[in-house]
Amino acid sequence: MEKRDFHIIAETGIHARPATLLVQAASKFGSDVNLEYNGKSVNLKSIMGVMSLGVGQNADVTITAEGDDEKDALDAIADTMKKEGLAE
Amino acid sequence: MADAVKLSKLIEDNKSILEVYQGHEYIKDDEIYVSDIYRPGLELTGYFDFYPAQRIQLLGRTEISYAARLDHDIRMHVFNKMATMATPCFLISRSLPVPKELAEAAEEAQIPILRTGESTTYISSILTEYLRARLAKRTSIHGVLVEIKGMGVLLTGASGVGKSETALGLVQRGHRLIADDRVDAFQKDHNTVVGEAPKILRHLMEIRGIGIIDVMNLFGAGAVKSRTEIQLVINLVNWDPKANYDRLGFEENTRTLCNVPIPQVNIPVKVGRNIESIIEVAAMNFRAKQMGYDAAQTFDNNLTSLISEHSKEDTNKEPHHND
Repeated sequence: MEKRDFHIIAETGIHARPATLLVQAASKFGSDVNLEYNGKSVNLKSIMGVMSLGVGQNADVTITAEGDDEKDALDAIADTMKKEGLAE
Repeated sequence: MADAVKLSKLIEDNKSILEVYQGHEYIKDDEIYVSDIYRPGLELTGYFDFYPAQRIQLLGRTEISYAARLDHDIRMHVFNKMATMATPCFLISRSLPVPKELAEAAEEAQIPILRTGESTTYISSILTEYLRARLAKRTSIHGVLVEIKGMGVLLTGASGVGKSETALGLVQRGHRLIADDRVDAFQKDHNTVVGEAPKILRHLMEIRGIGIIDVMNLFGAGAVKSRTEIQLVINLVNWDPKANYDRLGFEENTRTLCNVPIPQVNIPVKVGRNIESIIEVAAMNFRAKQMGYDAAQTFDNNLTSLISEHSKEDTNKEPHHND
């Protein structure tokens, strides 16, 4: 299992549009991908679940991936995070 | 494409408010080519430079009472000039008495005179709308037009994507078929497009493997309708695992039909997805949006407040994180 922490810097947090992009990135992989925030964990391939967390600016989230392509999945998600200015 | 309306048809379709006063025998082959109705005014004073002879000539209280003040000879002269070969008919509103000279002029030119009990403005707008709907230029669109709970929805998509099968499913759920495969659309006014079936295809559908079916015959009169306003376009596309579909409903697409932009929703189709029920929901969700409730927007606003609450908490928790 791969695991990575992100500190959210975007002012809007993980709002609808960035959530969509993260879900799209995660959905390209076969691994199970989860996002954990404030003690709650949701499937990063489910858009409603991700948005329900209401992740805001300065939040610390943990993303885990488990499966054959777990490392690639996390790299892709990290890439999206960076490209969208969600996290450093 | 309709380019003329038979006067006999216009009278038949509006017989509850129109009567033939004289000239029954001249009605049969009479045709109307323009949707505008004309109220001759200045013509009564002898000014005929721009007289639109090819329109229905409507005379109301003002015109009849003005004509009554003219001398017999002048009256005869203007009515004779009004009654041209191109004039489809005269129409008198408010059941007013028909001037003798007009009756004579019309008889001589073999033009029928119609009469109505309705007011001039009312009959004018009724007939203009009636004629406009029939004379407007038709555009043929490849698609299926159905009415879902009173809302006209045009289903489009590539051949073989399942438009007809979907429409059949919708009819079985109690909705109505307007046209299958070819929809003839016309612009009713600046922001309304109406679609109907070409006469030969009315009530018919083609279902692969079965052939041609008559929907009215199989499902009853409640399953069909002759025309409806196209309010929403639902474009069916084959499911592509690589494509990104609108997940939240913030995208707003339109498709222009007859110069009017109509909202469009793209719906991916794949085996096991119940397209009929998805379309029903898409139509109702769109209706709710039109009525002022946008679920996606409401959620978006709620999410914004939730995020800003969390942002505040997280910022207070770890102040050292701010650089």
